Amino acid sequence: MTGSERNGRTARDVDVLIVGAGPAGLAAGAELAAAGVDRVEILEREQQAGGVPRHCHHGGFGAPTGLLARARALARRSADGGGGGMDGPAYARQHVTAALSAGAALRTGVTVTGWAGPRTVDTTGPAGLERITARAVVLATGARERPRSARLIPGTRPAGVYTTGELQQAVHLYGQRIGTRAVVVGDEPVGYAAAGTLRAAGVEVVAVVTDRRASRLRPHGRSPLLTGATVTGLRGRPRLSGVELRHEDGRTTTLSCDTVVLSGDFVPDHELARRGGLVLDPGTRGPAYDAAFRTSRPGVFAAGNVLHAVERAGFAAEEGRAVAVPVLHRLLGTEEPGGRGPSLVVEAPLRWIAPNTAGPDGARPPGDRFLLRAARPLTLPVLAVTQDGRELHRQRSLPSSGPGRSLHLAAGWLDRVDPHGPAVRIAVL
Amino acid sequence: MTHTLTTAGPLPAQDPCDGYDVTVVGAGVVGAAIARELARYPLRIALVDAADDVGSGTSKANTAILHTGFDAVPGSLEARLVREGYALLADYAGETGIPLERVGALLVAWDGDQLATLPGLLDKAVRNGYHAARLIGADELRAREPRLGPGALGALEVPDESIICPWTTPLAYATQAVRAGVHLHLNCRVNSVDQGGDVHTLTTSRGPLRTRHVVNAAGLHADEIDRMLGNDVFTVTPRRGQLIVYDKLARDLVGHILLPVPGPGGKGVLVAPTVFGNVLLGPTAEELDDRTDTASTAEGLRLLREKGRRIVPRLVDEEVTAVYAGLRAATGQEDYRIQEYPALRYVAVGGIRSTGLTASLAIARHVVELLAATGLELTGPRDLPPLTMPGLGEASPRPYLSAALIAGDPAYGSIVCHCEQVTLGEIRDALASTIPPCSVDGLRRRTRARGGRCQGFHCGAAVRALVEEGTAANGDDEEAHR
Ligand SMILES: Cc1cc2nc3c(=O)[nH]c(=O)nc-3n(C[C@H](O)[C@H](O)[C@H](O)COP(=O)(O)OP(=O)(O)OC[C@H]3O[C@@H](n4cnc5c(N)ncnc54)[C@H](O)[C@@H]3O)c2cc1C
Ligand SMILES: Cc1cc2nc3c(=O)[nH]c(=O)nc-3n(C[C@H](O)[C@H](O)[C@H](O)COP(=O)(O)OP(=O)(O)OC[C@H]3O[C@@H](n4cnc5c(N)ncnc54)[C@H](O)[C@@H]3O)c2cc1C
Repeated sequence: MTGSERNGRTARDVDVLIVGAGPAGLAAGAELAAAGVDRVEILEREQQAGGVPRHCHHGGFGAPTGLLARARALARRSADGGGGGMDGPAYARQHVTAALSAGAALRTGVTVTGWAGPRTVDTTGPAGLERITARAVVLATGARERPRSARLIPGTRPAGVYTTGELQQAVHLYGQRIGTRAVVVGDEPVGYAAAGTLRAAGVEVVAVVTDRRASRLRPHGRSPLLTGATVTGLRGRPRLSGVELRHEDGRTTTLSCDTVVLSGDFVPDHELARRGGLVLDPGTRGPAYDAAFRTSRPGVFAAGNVLHAVERAGFAAEEGRAVAVPVLHRLLGTEEPGGRGPSLVVEAPLRWIAPNTAGPDGARPPGDRFLLRAARPLTLPVLAVTQDGRELHRQRSLPSSGPGRSLHLAAGWLDRVDPHGPAVRIAVL
Repeated sequence: MTHTLTTAGPLPAQDPCDGYDVTVVGAGVVGAAIARELARYPLRIALVDAADDVGSGTSKANTAILHTGFDAVPGSLEARLVREGYALLADYAGETGIPLERVGALLVAWDGDQLATLPGLLDKAVRNGYHAARLIGADELRAREPRLGPGALGALEVPDESIICPWTTPLAYATQAVRAGVHLHLNCRVNSVDQGGDVHTLTTSRGPLRTRHVVNAAGLHADEIDRMLGNDVFTVTPRRGQLIVYDKLARDLVGHILLPVPGPGGKGVLVAPTVFGNVLLGPTAEELDDRTDTASTAEGLRLLREKGRRIVPRLVDEEVTAVYAGLRAATGQEDYRIQEYPALRYVAVGGIRSTGLTASLAIARHVVELLAATGLELTGPRDLPPLTMPGLGEASPRPYLSAALIAGDPAYGSIVCHCEQVTLGEIRDALASTIPPCSVDGLRRRTRARGGRCQGFHCGAAVRALVEEGTAANGDDEEAHR
């Protein structure tokens, strides 16, 4: 590696720089190093690599993702958040080991703080400041849950308000005291993981609250489920004393508790992408990208939950492996010419589609399918893909189990897209 | 020099028997400024607050604008003290490193009536001794603020309106006061006052406190303290202001403080950058009875978003980082209620409504003069020890970007709070400072840690662990000190 000092920054070059050592970044690093790329460097701002799974002490990681295997796993599922596979920390360790033994360089405690060029980033770490230029950059910065403020939940500002991520770290990484009676808001799988973590910390789970209708839901786990209820405020000072709810019929109640966990409602950690001027997709709020994980900037790729908050860890890792192929093409100079194809635009009640640009060369997404999210559960929706009024594809999709689960759309129509035409629209008929 | 800061247990024994020369009740931005001004004199001074930290009442929850006072009521005490306070605090910020940015304000007219009001406001500015304001037309306005919503007709430009850090300011005052020998007693609520011959005895939640002179800077509770001294002059009614803080990624949408043209409903909702690199939308103005009700409401947030969408449409699509509310201390009079009572050796500092941050240093000077009129001897003033506060502002050099600092101490290269890029070194320094934080919130006001867009998803548990470790260590020190 070449090193030189400028403005107190050490300047260096690498072949591939990966930002974020979660499942996506680690898998990308392992794959690229194994493919023979010399200088693959993964940067992680936390002291430990592994990403979110580091603090998910429940099972269910690395479980098979096929439909049949998933159904079997579901049948075996333990009370809260099980589902076969290994626990998060074991999963994280496995990915770290794979990346290291393939020959990727992994540096923790180093934060990418900004850009200094199209494929040049600035970093801060205890060893000093650096400016690293790469032939290809992969953003794998993950996602986070929206906190109370971003959800605009009114009321007092008491202690005892968590997201699942903070709760899991507090309990599993720091052994901190939480509270005695908790309400979990959100019934996505992560909500049940939160309930499990609370119980592990000796906290009684008063209720899991969701604004979804009862009829659509299967009971899940050991926690009382309150459906059709919207959180309208938090009460208490200095400690939380209750969560105010409005029920579907207009009734209002207050659940008394000293802890509330706001789960789900994920948003990509897209700051670096946005600061770099990459085009973002208005639906996912992650960088706009095509089936080969190309963002709007040549040589800058993205993988994992920064693209579509949030899928399971196995899916993020799969994307990390898949991004290696287009990155290799870039390094070898066999990349298809740049320039983005038309964007893919969804119509309500669909919220987003990923990938969300058509790409210039008919590349297909992993599993040969797109992910779609809807604002509300849809029963056997018929999806139609059109460009300039011309129908490219029509398909019945399997029902999604809720706003936290994706619909799938086959990708076979991609090669019928006119690369110079207007946006491709995806609608529910 | 040993500093005296106590947070628990009985107040230290007061010797001699007439106790302190002066006690300032309330360690908000106003009380802390007064204590600092008094610290120039060889006096025994106490600064007491019911809360566990300085500046944690109204002073922590405002719009953080350093006002020129262009729109004050000409001839009022407030107009004079805001004007003087602006100059004093701007200088002080320069000396101490309190984050301050002179971004300028634009009072935007959205309809014909508002446009017609602007020349009168320009005239008022002149009557207030402010001569740099000028009227600008729609085209120049749009060129200056391209993201402004459609329909803006023109504006009054006030180039000196500035944004400042509301947290560093009272902390700087109190730190300098404590270093100069002022005793700071926190968690110390004044419950009653017993007027003796030459000495008042304040009954506090931590026992009796004797003092010859009293300054009442109790903010929302100033009328209660006033009554404890036998007066019945004013009543504080809280006027709540709710605010929304938008993400740093929204900062480029706004260049100036965008003020509304004041109407019958008061000052109205503004959009302003913050020194932390965010964008602020607010405040509302709601008359309440409850002096503790700093809750936000669905209605308030809806109203703010509606107004915000008109001013800078793209703003309301950005992520929200924080929502908070502050309470202004209204007293039914359009001016401060600062009054000296020589017989009682007492000065009341009430009704410091919506400009107290700006006016704080001028209020302090004024109050110290009034104290002299109540018989306090002010001789032998000396310079205060110089002070440098940590550079919290987004525009000031941040440790995580300083190669030299990191080379000297790797802790400044170890980022703990990723959203605000706060390092282990800064957190450690805050926990070891003259007035250390005793909670995660207190640490946030000193370092920005945990105050960013993720609100703890990433760093919350780590920050809590550091605070718990740090306060435990401070607690040990305090035991040893006694
Ligand atoms: C609370 C919770 C529970 C979950 N439970 C499950 C489960 O049971 N099963 C399952 O399969 N999935 C689960 N998931 C989802 C799973 O964790 C994610 O799919 C997976 O972690 C995504 O991987 P990633 O690599 O995209 O992102 P992440 O795991 O989020 O990793 C991103 C990494 O990038 C780093 N980073 C970000 N910005 C920078 C920067 N500027 N510089 C340096 N480093 C940076 C971050 O520190 C982080 O380590 C859960 C998620 C959450 C939040
Ligand atoms: C929404 C809003 C926006 C504002 N915007 C601005 C602005 O942009 N610029 C500006 O200059 N000003 C602004 N202000 C005004 C400014 O914040 C206040 O004028 C200022 O903070 C008042 O400071 P204080 O020290 O008087 O009160 P506080 O900060 O409330 O301090 C009073 C202290 O007294 C203590 N106390 C009360 N009772 C007792 C007792 N019995 N015993 C012991 N201690 C007691 C309290 O704990 C408290 O700490 C705004 C105010 C609000 C609410």
